Amino acid sequence: MAEKKSIEERVKEMIVEQLGVNPEQVTPKAKFIEDLGADSLDTVELVMAFEEEFNVEVPDEEAEKLQRVGDVVRYIEEHVEEES
Amino acid sequence: MSTNSLTSKVAVVTGASRGIGKAIALRLGQMGAAVACVSRKASDAEATAGEIVGLGGKAKGYGTDVRLKQEVDETSRSILRDFGQVDLLVNNAGVTRDGLAARMSDEDWDLVLDTNLKGAFLWIRAYSRHFLERRTGKIVNISSVSGLIGNPGQANYSSSKAGLIGLTKSIARELASRGITANAVCPGFIETDMTKNLPEKVRAKLLEEIPLRRFGQAEEVAGLVGFLCGPESNYITGQVFIVDGGLLA
Repeated sequence: MAEKKSIEERVKEMIVEQLGVNPEQVTPKAKFIEDLGADSLDTVELVMAFEEEFNVEVPDEEAEKLQRVGDVVRYIEEHVEEES
Repeated sequence: MSTNSLTSKVAVVTGASRGIGKAIALRLGQMGAAVACVSRKASDAEATAGEIVGLGGKAKGYGTDVRLKQEVDETSRSILRDFGQVDLLVNNAGVTRDGLAARMSDEDWDLVLDTNLKGAFLWIRAYSRHFLERRTGKIVNISSVSGLIGNPGQANYSSSKAGLIGLTKSIARELASRGITANAVCPGFIETDMTKNLPEKVRAKLLEEIPLRRFGQAEEVAGLVGFLCGPESNYITGQVFIVDGGLLA
């Protein structure tokens, strides 16, 4: 049986796909805009994609704080319902 | 006319039961698009949809009050379920409640702004995620020459129509990088229910000011909207087009 992917792995894959960056660039400390070249619309699209993928709601004031890859992983880990 | 240039496209037209909106719905249907006709009353929307189907096209009617977020969100989802996708959004729904500003009621102000301006925003927001995901989408907002020049008695209407131009330009800039376009069309005086009750004296005076010496036909606006929904307009975004018989020339 295939091992279930961690939230971190899934987030990383989505960022690679959305921003067209190399997986090794997507470190927990990488900033979306400065390090990964995202524009403001990319960040909106990413938030919408995370909301859909993980079935979480990210209010605007929270979304603004998610500047690094690690921030997103932590936010989702804290807010996602445990999938059984 | 480039018939069939919209084959396999799905269009949403608000205010599709009468006047310019109906002409637009019919034109897009003629050009091959499947058309979701939206009107406040479902039966009115279904009548226009029925005409499109009668001409061999594909269409469905939806009753929706465009002022209400919940109704717009629900209908926008129903349309996606029914047609599988949306490519074209024409925000045409509009009302007038004319009166001099000094005596205009809050209700008349709100009704016109909520229908004409907020309604368009609600539809754009409802489909922006869908458009972003698919990297395609064309938005056409029906403004008015009243949004470009003032018109006594239309503080609410001209504000809403000027607002639509700002909305169009901002949305065009926000979504351009994803291949999504937004343009505005400003009809002048067109023969519709909205203008048919103008007093004869007013009408005669207007005709003197319109270089082409006649009111326009709804189909003459629909033709431009069809072009702006078609592939030949792909490089045009954030623009305002005037169809007014030369009134503002």
